[in-house]
Amino acid sequence: MLHIVTKSPYEKNALDSCLRVAQAGNAVLLIEDGVYAAVRGGNAAEKLQKAAASLKLYALAPDIEARGMKERVIDGVTLVDYAGFVELVTSHPTNQSWL
Amino acid sequence: MEEEQTSAGKVKKFMMLNRKAPYGTVYALESLEVVLISATFDQDVSLVFMDDGVYQLAKGQNTKGIETKNFSPTYRALEGYDVEKLYVERESMDARGLTEADLLVPVEVLSSAEVGKLMAEQDVVLSF
Repeated sequence: MLHIVTKSPYEKNALDSCLRVAQAGNAVLLIEDGVYAAVRGGNAAEKLQKAAASLKLYALAPDIEARGMKERVIDGVTLVDYAGFVELVTSHPTNQSWL
Repeated sequence: MEEEQTSAGKVKKFMMLNRKAPYGTVYALESLEVVLISATFDQDVSLVFMDDGVYQLAKGQNTKGIETKNFSPTYRALEGYDVEKLYVERESMDARGLTEADLLVPVEVLSSAEVGKLMAEQDVVLSF
């Protein structure tokens, strides 16, 4: 199962809802404003870091770079390009977008 | 009390309240457009960045990968339009793990209470 989070954790509760529902072993991909969850020192990054123990975490690199956050991503989050995004979608039988 | 006059009429105090991240929606770009228009008419313009709006000022934005215009250099050009009143709410910046050193222009960092006080002093507050 792949969860895709598209909204900023500081504006919407998409990330909170996702993390509440996601099962151990699931993958979470942060895209668009969802990538702000992975920024070091932020309140949301703490939640993500706890979740990293049981979930696989990814973020879309072009969205990170667009927002100037390239050097600020926490450890434990794997950056993927668009091809990696497609690979994640096709390699998981179920996808859920948290808008 | 004397009011400042220009050829365009009475100068009003305008505040643009920026609360959205730069690329997920069009709000940030639209706000910048209105700021530049206001400056063209010699109005007294203040920009406040709070909530996700503080991300608009993050250094190092590179939008090549998402094929979207990177408008962040415009914030550095605002000084040339005599738009120099830029304020960031400390609480929003802290929650996101950002500091003044992470921002691409000099700003004045205000507490929430100070933002509220400044807001109450305006003639017009526009929300983006």
